[in-house]
Amino acid sequence: MQTKAQQLCDWYDICDEHDLVSNSGVCALIGEQQIAIFTVDWQERRQLYALSNGDPVGKANVMYRGIIGSVDAKPVVASPLYKEHYCLATGQCLENEDLALQVFAVELNAGKVRVAL
Amino acid sequence: MTTNNSAIRVVVVGNGMVGHHFVENLIKSGQPVHITVLSGEPRLAYDRVHLSSWFTGSRAEDLALTDELTYEQWGINYVLNAKVENIDRARKSVSTHQYTYDYDVLVLATGSYAYVPPIAGSYQPHCLVYRTIEDLQTIEHSATQSKVGVVVGGGLLGLEAANALKQAGLKTHVVEFAAQLMAVQLDEGAGTLLREKIEALGVTVHTQKATQVIESGQQCRYRMVFADDSFLETDMILFSAGIRPCDQLGREAGLAVGERGGIIINNQCQTNDPDIYAIGECALWENRTYGLVAPGYTMARTAVASISNKVLDFVGADMSTKLKLMGVEVGSIGDAHAKTAGAQCYTYQSQPQGVYKKLIVDAAHSKVLGAVLVGDTSDYDTLLQYCLNDMPLPKKPETLILPSSDEKPALGAEALPTTATICSCHNVAKSDIVEAIDNGCASLDEIKTCTKASSGCGGCSALLKNVVDSELEHRGVAVSKALCEHFDHTRQELFHLVKVEKIRSFDALIARHGTGLGCDICRPTVGSILASVWNDYVLNTRNVSLQDTNDTYLGNMQKDGTYSIVPRVPGGEITPAGLIVIGEVAQKFNLYTKITGGQRIDLFGARVDQLLDIWQILVSAGFETGHAYAKALRTVKSCVGSTWCRYGVQDSVGQAIALEHRYKGLRAPHKIKFAVSGCTRECAEAQSKDIGIIATENGWNLYVCGNGGMKPRHGDLFATDLSTDTLVKYIDRILMFYIKTADRLQRTSVWMDNLEGGLAYLQSVVIEDTLGINSELEVQMQRIVGAYQCEWKTTLASQDAKKRFRQFVNSKRADTNIQFVDERGQIRPATELEKALGQARIPVELV
Ligand code: SRM
Ligand SMILES: Cc1cc2nc3c(=O)[nH]c(=O)nc-3n(C[C@H](O)[C@H](O)[C@H](O)COP(=O)(O)OP(=O)(O)OC[C@H]3O[C@@H](n4cnc5c(N)ncnc54)[C@H](O)[C@@H]3O)c2cc1C
Ligand code: SF4
Ligand code: FES
Repeated sequence: MQTKAQQLCDWYDICDEHDLVSNSGVCALIGEQQIAIFTVDWQERRQLYALSNGDPVGKANVMYRGIIGSVDAKPVVASPLYKEHYCLATGQCLENEDLALQVFAVELNAGKVRVAL
Repeated sequence: MTTNNSAIRVVVVGNGMVGHHFVENLIKSGQPVHITVLSGEPRLAYDRVHLSSWFTGSRAEDLALTDELTYEQWGINYVLNAKVENIDRARKSVSTHQYTYDYDVLVLATGSYAYVPPIAGSYQPHCLVYRTIEDLQTIEHSATQSKVGVVVGGGLLGLEAANALKQAGLKTHVVEFAAQLMAVQLDEGAGTLLREKIEALGVTVHTQKATQVIESGQQCRYRMVFADDSFLETDMILFSAGIRPCDQLGREAGLAVGERGGIIINNQCQTNDPDIYAIGECALWENRTYGLVAPGYTMARTAVASISNKVLDFVGADMSTKLKLMGVEVGSIGDAHAKTAGAQCYTYQSQPQGVYKKLIVDAAHSKVLGAVLVGDTSDYDTLLQYCLNDMPLPKKPETLILPSSDEKPALGAEALPTTATICSCHNVAKSDIVEAIDNGCASLDEIKTCTKASSGCGGCSALLKNVVDSELEHRGVAVSKALCEHFDHTRQELFHLVKVEKIRSFDALIARHGTGLGCDICRPTVGSILASVWNDYVLNTRNVSLQDTNDTYLGNMQKDGTYSIVPRVPGGEITPAGLIVIGEVAQKFNLYTKITGGQRIDLFGARVDQLLDIWQILVSAGFETGHAYAKALRTVKSCVGSTWCRYGVQDSVGQAIALEHRYKGLRAPHKIKFAVSGCTRECAEAQSKDIGIIATENGWNLYVCGNGGMKPRHGDLFATDLSTDTLVKYIDRILMFYIKTADRLQRTSVWMDNLEGGLAYLQSVVIEDTLGINSELEVQMQRIVGAYQCEWKTTLASQDAKKRFRQFVNSKRADTNIQFVDERGQIRPATELEKALGQARIPVELV
């Protein structure tokens, strides 16, 4: 995942790959920022996504505990509180176009998980 | 009274079901009329057919067929409590004790009254009848002061009344003059079987008993003495010995009446005074009265046509009936007693399954004349259509009633002629349904609203659904049953696939039968199915991603992202030492403590990183998870029962604890709640539970499919006076059958309401084993019971699982957004404002 912002940011080591849970999420703390990291294993491929952990509707830091799924073949996470769906790739809320999670760059490098802020 | 000059003045006496149907149709006809409705009851028309639902919680509003606003909008002058006392045919007016009303056309829709045989002592305070809402209120009141009840009359209504007494908790008897039950509709074989079934449900039936006198009793309020000198003691008596037409008004006004009552009408429903019509149960046509609503509705439409100068003859009506009496299915079609000359019968009887079917055909074997069905009415719709439409018989007519023989001709909705009547109450033919669909109706509900089909006696609902489905399918409207976009299957189908193909993971199932990644609908559904079938640990790595957050963290997530903790307290019984441990945990972790509605204690405000420490203490002290987070058994509430209570007749606490231990951990389509009460006072509120058990002198009464919550439903009495062994066996089977067949997130109450055949069907599956699956259901339940594990205990022992109970993978800090303030001496989540103002307190010790 190469984004434009990527070169301007700092990369942080978060955890080992085996700390991740398949088709589920964990949460990283970087400074005071909480970042949900989702591991999607699908069709023999592993893809990581990093998004802000705050639930914009429930106002609690719980997004990493949501259920992963797909809507029209696009990976999404459902808020564990009120079940809104957010697109993992763009952060966009599918039920309310005014809401979105922030998206961060994340990568798997030699068994280490790294996130860029 | 002033009226619009051009409009004729129509006065309708009686606002029962038929009177109302007349008014509604007359309004719809667009005729310029001025209508006056004089109702003898304190309310406008209501659904008498479903009167008995009063005892399962319907109120007057639910039964109402119309309301005052509607009548006002229709411009109708209606008067309640207006009993008409006199008709003056010369002046063309009727009068109540207060007013006189002039008519151009008079319609008598006075119905019937319940006949009370001339028995000495039959007019006493607790000798009642069953006809109006007021009657039911009186019965209800009398039942609270009675232990034993007798229904006089073993016909259709009598048995319905007996059911009501039974549900009110009375020891119930039916006393019948004839040699069998429902002698009008059933032949002897069917009557005998019906009796067996009804007695099995705990109602005692006495046939060939003629009551001589009702005197005061010794054990009970009354004693009924019969012609053969035997007697029966009871606290209340309900007369259901037939109905008689309310023809008094007509009789006194010199209208022609029949020898045995009923106002004589012609094919236009006119009496011998052409300005006076009689419709419904008070009318006599070709020497017959009709005690059903459908013929009355037809008369109402006939009278409207006649008043509008249209021609529509009343030509008699079909008296076939299908009903469920105390959960026993009964059907009677056409010439049930084979009285037609040359009629020939086929009979099928299965004693083990409690099924009796008789088919009556004409001498030429060319058409169905009638049929009688007890125990299984699944062939009713087909047979009725054969009978009503004179459809040619298959080569071997008996195949129509034999159980699932390959040759049984499937009379699909398609095979019906377009003229076939689907709903006789509202006279809706197949062609009307086709027309409604052509005019844009696209669902069963819309068709019901638009044609009114199925809103009368309800007997046609299954057939209507078939016709609608088949017509919609014809037009390429797919009736989708898919769970979500990832699976084209229902929950029930997925359950079968998992079991038959021995699938143990979501990934395997979706790879084989679904598409995509799944979602928050199918993942937890499949997670629950896997747990129901295999009872594997829900947090096995391969199952984790399926669970709702509540299941993943084995607690209920609260609004601020913290969790609640509910240790299991079986039956609500807890030792002082146990209470102290819970108190200490709450104090140590500063948790909000509350007694729940389920007789246990909930600790709120635990952060995800505190859960392991908290449960470590609880598990060490012997507590288990309470599954408050799971679609699983929640609690078995109990009352104190015979151990302490002066009224208790069984050990309800002991029973509750035993049942809670047996079914704890059982995953299901939705949560399941039980309760056990020690006597009929019902302090544990068992009738509002999925499984409710009430102790009796002789064992346990089992109620099923009750619900509190959003749409409360009283449980149905499933079986009475069970031994503990039988009780457990029945519960095993019922729950496993529910788990196998219910939809996702469908409580047992909704499941039951959607179960074709309802309570009777469930009874036949569970008690009579009609599907032959009981041993399989029991084995499955035993496997799950045997595989029980406390998920918290397993979690505490698993390093892998433990890793997940933290807010951050890369830090031991707590989530600083979780903040509390003090309220009534305990914590509560801080509001956003309190957080912004810095008024909130962060629990210090763990940050
Ligand atoms: C804690 C408790 C209220 C209390 O303070 O007393 C409670 C709390 C919740 N109930 Fe309840 N219910 C509680 C007793 C009840 C009862 C009474 C009973 O069980 O006797 C009922 C009505 C009886 C019934 O279910 O038939 C009840 C009917 C509901 C319903 C409506 C269900 C329905 O079929 O209509 C829901 C919503 C649902 O399940 O979809 C619900 C859902 C909930 C949830 C899970 C809502 C949620 O997702 O946050 C609440 C969270 C519990 C928690 O965080 O621990 N709760 N809830 C009670 C826990 C009992 C226990 O010990 O397990
Ligand atoms: C418990 C029960 C269950 C039933 N189940 C079924 C069933 O499953 N299927 C079925 O088809 N039928 C069933 N029936 C029968 C059905 O309810 C009747 O056929 C139908 O209600 C008849 O309608 P009606 O308008 O002729 O009479 P009613 O509904 O009896 O209405 C007559 C009205 O006229 C009023 N009235 C009488 N005299 C006067 C007067 N002088 N002045 C003013 N008002 C007067 C009465 O107070 C009453 O309100 C059942 C009946 C009962 C009681
Ligand atoms: S239900 Fe019966 S046994 Fe239980 S407490 Fe009430 S009165 Fe006592
Ligand atoms: S036949 Fe009575 S509602 Fe349709």
